[in-house]
Amino acid sequence: MYTPHTKADIKAMLEAIGVGSLDELLRVPAELKLRAPLDVVPALPEYQLRRRMEQIAKRNDGVEYVSFLGGGAYRHYAPPAISALAMRGEFLTAYTPYQAEVSQGYLQAIYEWQTYICLLTGMDLADASVYDGATALAESAIMAINATGRQRFLVSRAVHPNYRAVLKTYCDGLDVAIDEAPLADDGTTDLRALAEMLRETQYAGVALQSPNFFGNVDTLDGEALQAVRNNGAVPIAVVAEALALAALATPASWGAQIVAGEAQSFGVPIAYGGPYVGFIATTNEHMRRIPGRLVGKTVDNAGRTAYVLTLQAREQHIRRERATSNICTNQAHCALIATIYLALMGKTGLRDVAALNLERSRELATAVANAGVRLRFSAPFFNELVADVGRPAGEVLSALRARGVLGGLDLGRWYPEYSTCILMAATELTTSGEIAKLAAALQEVTRVGAGV
Amino acid sequence: MSAPVSDRTASPLIFELGQEGRATRYVEHGKPLQSFMPANVLRDDLPLPDNTELDVVRHYTSLSQRTFGIDVGFYPLGSCTMKHNPKVNDALASLREFAELHPFTPDDLSQGALQVMHELERSFCSLFGMAAFSLNPAAGAQAELAALLIAKKYFRDRGETQRDKVIVPDTAHGTNPASAAMCGFKVISLKSDARGRVDPVEIRNVVGPDTAVCMMTNPNTLGLFEERIHEIADAVHEAGGLMYYDGANANALMGNTRPGDMGFDLMHLNTHKTFTIPHGGGGAGHGPLGVAAHLVEYLPTPYVVRDGDRFRLDFDRPKSIGPVRSFWSNFAHAVRALAYLYANGAEGLTKVSQYAVLNANYMRVKIAEFLETPYPEICRHEFVASAQQLKKETGVRALDIAKALLDRGYMAPTMYFPLIVPECLMIEPTETESKETLDGFVDVLRDIVQTAKTNPQELLDAPVTTVVGRVDETRAARQPDLRWRASR
Repeated sequence: MYTPHTKADIKAMLEAIGVGSLDELLRVPAELKLRAPLDVVPALPEYQLRRRMEQIAKRNDGVEYVSFLGGGAYRHYAPPAISALAMRGEFLTAYTPYQAEVSQGYLQAIYEWQTYICLLTGMDLADASVYDGATALAESAIMAINATGRQRFLVSRAVHPNYRAVLKTYCDGLDVAIDEAPLADDGTTDLRALAEMLRETQYAGVALQSPNFFGNVDTLDGEALQAVRNNGAVPIAVVAEALALAALATPASWGAQIVAGEAQSFGVPIAYGGPYVGFIATTNEHMRRIPGRLVGKTVDNAGRTAYVLTLQAREQHIRRERATSNICTNQAHCALIATIYLALMGKTGLRDVAALNLERSRELATAVANAGVRLRFSAPFFNELVADVGRPAGEVLSALRARGVLGGLDLGRWYPEYSTCILMAATELTTSGEIAKLAAALQEVTRVGAGV
Repeated sequence: MSAPVSDRTASPLIFELGQEGRATRYVEHGKPLQSFMPANVLRDDLPLPDNTELDVVRHYTSLSQRTFGIDVGFYPLGSCTMKHNPKVNDALASLREFAELHPFTPDDLSQGALQVMHELERSFCSLFGMAAFSLNPAAGAQAELAALLIAKKYFRDRGETQRDKVIVPDTAHGTNPASAAMCGFKVISLKSDARGRVDPVEIRNVVGPDTAVCMMTNPNTLGLFEERIHEIADAVHEAGGLMYYDGANANALMGNTRPGDMGFDLMHLNTHKTFTIPHGGGGAGHGPLGVAAHLVEYLPTPYVVRDGDRFRLDFDRPKSIGPVRSFWSNFAHAVRALAYLYANGAEGLTKVSQYAVLNANYMRVKIAEFLETPYPEICRHEFVASAQQLKKETGVRALDIAKALLDRGYMAPTMYFPLIVPECLMIEPTETESKETLDGFVDVLRDIVQTAKTNPQELLDAPVTTVVGRVDETRAARQPDLRWRASR
């Protein structure tokens, strides 16, 4: 209980109200009273509730394993300065900054976040955040649908399968159909097939992810971009590993008009899937279609610099059923964490982290190849790669597990044609020892004739 | 001790600070990117500032000091349930076994996380009278969207695709109609009666074979209990529609009466309101979605299933609307919410809502002594006051009162909502505030109303003690400046 009420308080307050008891105050109609006792977890004093939760936490054995899991959630180094700052109560316990005069700090931090996302993506503006990468894609598709008035959307099969599934959930609501562009053999989107589809059908938008779900750089080339432009579709870049933005050519540079991304990599705990932080960045042309909060810089009544939530005529609390989105609460605190992460790392640190991810993942690639396992794709990759183990991936992953290693994701879960393939991630936190352990285990379990 | 105004107002952007090469090092030097990838796929420049850790710490500490949270002072923001956020919840959410668990960890190595979600789900089911909860939605608005997608699919399966209307009272949160529109539903706005309630007779007039869902908040956003909710639910159900409960106001009734028993088929909770999740300056939220038995199979995937003493994520649910987010839940918030349930238990949660109602009514009668309260009757966890009369007499509006409160160290109530009350101030004290805090706020508000009558200009000029004065919102919207740019 976190309530301050003494018996004397309750008595005095009831008297002031003019009722005799709490029951009389509540006035629950007889037919709505509880009919049975509630079945809720038991009340515990704080020290016991900690013990209880710590015991439950201990059942997450997965954290003890050497892990090469990625696929849209990445283990990166987060300096303790992030939580020391972000967990300050002024930030943590604030509501959405409706009262600008007492929210200047948070508003400025969000303005800095919007700027960081613009600098990383090369776009004109970015919103104050959406739920995560998948909903960023879905909301971007809605922007494209509203911009073009078209009811059909094109997405590459190399976009994260979970993102595509969420896109479908949202599009079902709007009766928008989705087509998927096929994969080329090098592990990127088949751009010739994509261009062909664009010549045949009018689309609201077309979405590619880079690095894509397989870790490969995957962008529109000149011919495909021309096909998108001829079609009138809005080109959308999806980013599931935001760290790659520190190394790769910006989505703006290859023609994207909207960037839909996930920034978990910037210091946000991996926490079994959330909360993370999605972002949408776009060109000035689409400014008034962007969903969610935007912070703008302005002045106060004395001409001093001030920040405020702006362009609210797009939003649900003003526009109701004609809003650009229903989003209200976003992921502000995760955006704050990401902003502080970027401020701490700086240009120099972020470049170094990106370079270390490239280095470790190439070390992983070499070790996997030396263990006699084939790398499935040849395209340039960031920090994830696909290993073809030549037998059902699930079997090999189970055998690796028995050796203390979570080897990656079984691609057969989403791509039947890659059922012998494992998606493996290496970040700056992956050690040479861990890579050696994986390689040794891989060699053991994939050896010709070895039982797994 | 306050600093000179010039110091307090100067707050450079992080981009205006630092020097290249100055960043504190957290990792070793990396090799040039070109040694790993072809130059044509790499970016040329990375125009981010380099700052030392000390400078970054000072910068964001300074920004935090220009931000008002519950930890700073009383936050009576109506409809937002700004109660104390217990610190133990944050400590538990950051336990390594929770914070470092990858979402793709196999189920049998994630039993702790799945147990958290299952225990939370079961407790919610009992507390609110639902058959099942999905912990997937990231916030209340997303739960609304998921619920309406469920309704759409449910009616499609029943061959009732003509059901394209969603009924929403005029006191509803803006997310209700916006969510309906995202599912292709047409919105019917229902006028509240003179008592601020939905009239069952009005409902009977609008329901029909085209009714899909009626979305309601109970108590509504005026803080008033819809005591004829059964009649409303009967009317909607007889017409073949579904009832949706917007749980933004669940703090008013938790443990005392249940939406499931009122006839609701679908509902959401905002655990960042009722269950003490910190709101974080606008999120992340957490919007569990509850359903009655006939809708369980439509819930978003994955759903946590218990088999004996083991738990697993179930993705194989053919009638599901599909997933609504990248991964399974805002899990760290599920940890916080479960810790809060353990801290209270059933009896404690029942008391929570009783004290929330007690605090609101105490403030209501005290404030009614000097400010109009358009619905002068027993309220639930919040109530509305109106500055309409005051404005006629003095020219001082609800906005001016709000800004004057900021000057006096309080967060302002929700203003100009619900839309049906002119010059509305919507006040929700929550149960974690003491009588002394409430008395202090009432005294200050009384003083402000008095000042309106004697020196209105002082209020029109407010706030003057904050780091900036009233902000030019028109300029912000007309000349959008949404990011910093390097000066050329």
